[in-house]
Amino acid sequence: MGEHHTVASFDEDLGAISKLISDMGDLARSMVAGSTRALLNSDNALAQRVVSDDAIMDARQRELDDRAITLIAKRQPMANDLRAVVGSIRMAGDLERIGDLAKNIAKRVGTVGLSVTPRDLSHSIDGMAQLVLIQVQGVIEEYAAADAAALAKLRNDDERIDVKYTSVFRELLTYMMEDPRNITACTHLLFCAKNLERIGDHVTNIAENAYYVLTGQQLPANRPKLDETAMSAPA
Amino acid sequence: MNIMTEQSLENAVGDKMNAKSNEVIKMRGDKVGVFYGEKQALFDVNLDVRLNQVTALIGPSGCGKSTFLRCLNRMNDTIDSARVTGKITLDQEDIYDKSIDVVELRARVGMVFQKPNPFPKSIYENVAYGPRIHGLAKRKADMDQIVESSLKKAAIWNEVKDRLHEPGTGLSGGQQQRLCIARAIAVSPEVILMDEPCSALDPIATARVEELIDELRQNYTIVIVTHSMQQAARVSQRTAMFHLGYLVEEGATDKMFTNPDDKRTQDYITGRFG
Repeated sequence: MGEHHTVASFDEDLGAISKLISDMGDLARSMVAGSTRALLNSDNALAQRVVSDDAIMDARQRELDDRAITLIAKRQPMANDLRAVVGSIRMAGDLERIGDLAKNIAKRVGTVGLSVTPRDLSHSIDGMAQLVLIQVQGVIEEYAAADAAALAKLRNDDERIDVKYTSVFRELLTYMMEDPRNITACTHLLFCAKNLERIGDHVTNIAENAYYVLTGQQLPANRPKLDETAMSAPA
Repeated sequence: MNIMTEQSLENAVGDKMNAKSNEVIKMRGDKVGVFYGEKQALFDVNLDVRLNQVTALIGPSGCGKSTFLRCLNRMNDTIDSARVTGKITLDQEDIYDKSIDVVELRARVGMVFQKPNPFPKSIYENVAYGPRIHGLAKRKADMDQIVESSLKKAAIWNEVKDRLHEPGTGLSGGQQQRLCIARAIAVSPEVILMDEPCSALDPIATARVEELIDELRQNYTIVIVTHSMQQAARVSQRTAMFHLGYLVEEGATDKMFTNPDDKRTQDYITGRFG
């Protein structure tokens, strides 16, 4: 009895999948950090790097899918192993989407940068990006640390991003009304904010999955939610 | 509108009865212990076998699962040094009571073994043997009927109907095992015990037997010992995990294989044991 499988290569196969999740997590974190920094600093070179990182993210996800499917076919994992493998497939999907969204933000950097000084228009996006980054970083760390309670809390913290998104929306709307020349830049920034908000949602999914992998229990379907944007912003 | 109401009422009653039948305890082990001479092989096992459900007994070799299975129809009586303590009931009746006729008990609680073991007789005689010694058929026509329906229930009729008088040992392994299941069914048992019924079969024959187990569940209560975790997960509704002579954990199969409570169960089913 112990932590190791009788068949050592089973451990290696599971280890490889877990390493890929952790690599994808690190990559997602650096892509989100890079894309927001590129946006706020109009840093085109950095934006380019984020865009090219997305190809690496996609390749990792394909590798993880292959490995997970092969492992299921070869080993027929049970109980916690089964949850880990299926959970990894799902988490990889969310991480890959986070990469896509970061890439979307990065691709707008050139366009926003050309119009007006985006820094002045994006105070609240800065704050929102920080929150998102904390969430992305947190979910990776807590899963690595196998801390189910922290993951449950982190999932509920997504609420703060949603609230922040509402305030960004209102702020950008104000700038656009003040001066129509801001409309192009603000529209781009609005999409960026939406992308950040979606990243938060994927973090929530990852937290839910990770919680299930660790405990075998599903978190309740509905987390407390204040939908402030419903009345004033598009979904 | 009235018909609808009556129908839905009927459904509701039906559902309730189904739910209830899931709760009926067909056999119950109460603090069952088994000694082989001085050596104790099974300790204080409390386990319920539910009506019309498949209960799988799993655990590493020597854990006591076959020993427990063999207690359920007193097969351990055939081993001189074996001694059983505690209580086992069938429909709340103590099967180790002096008044119990063991031959009759084994007709009510049938058994299928690991290796198919047809008698060196014809296919027909293999199935007819039990009903004959129990006097279940008065005329040849009745016996023919029992043989046919048993072979049909064991999903082997179409393969053997034209050669009923050929030797049972001439069948393939998978067919022999289904013949043995037909033989067990022929005496109309209430419970069927299966001790690794597929371990000597190829995957296709295994799939047939598993499909059969699922069908038999409608009319019989089944207890199966298996070393294949996937098989236990596929065929059973309840799973009991044994280790070193103790019952470690018993519960709904779906839960046992996705999120077991006991670490030993988890280690065993995920392949981390020993």
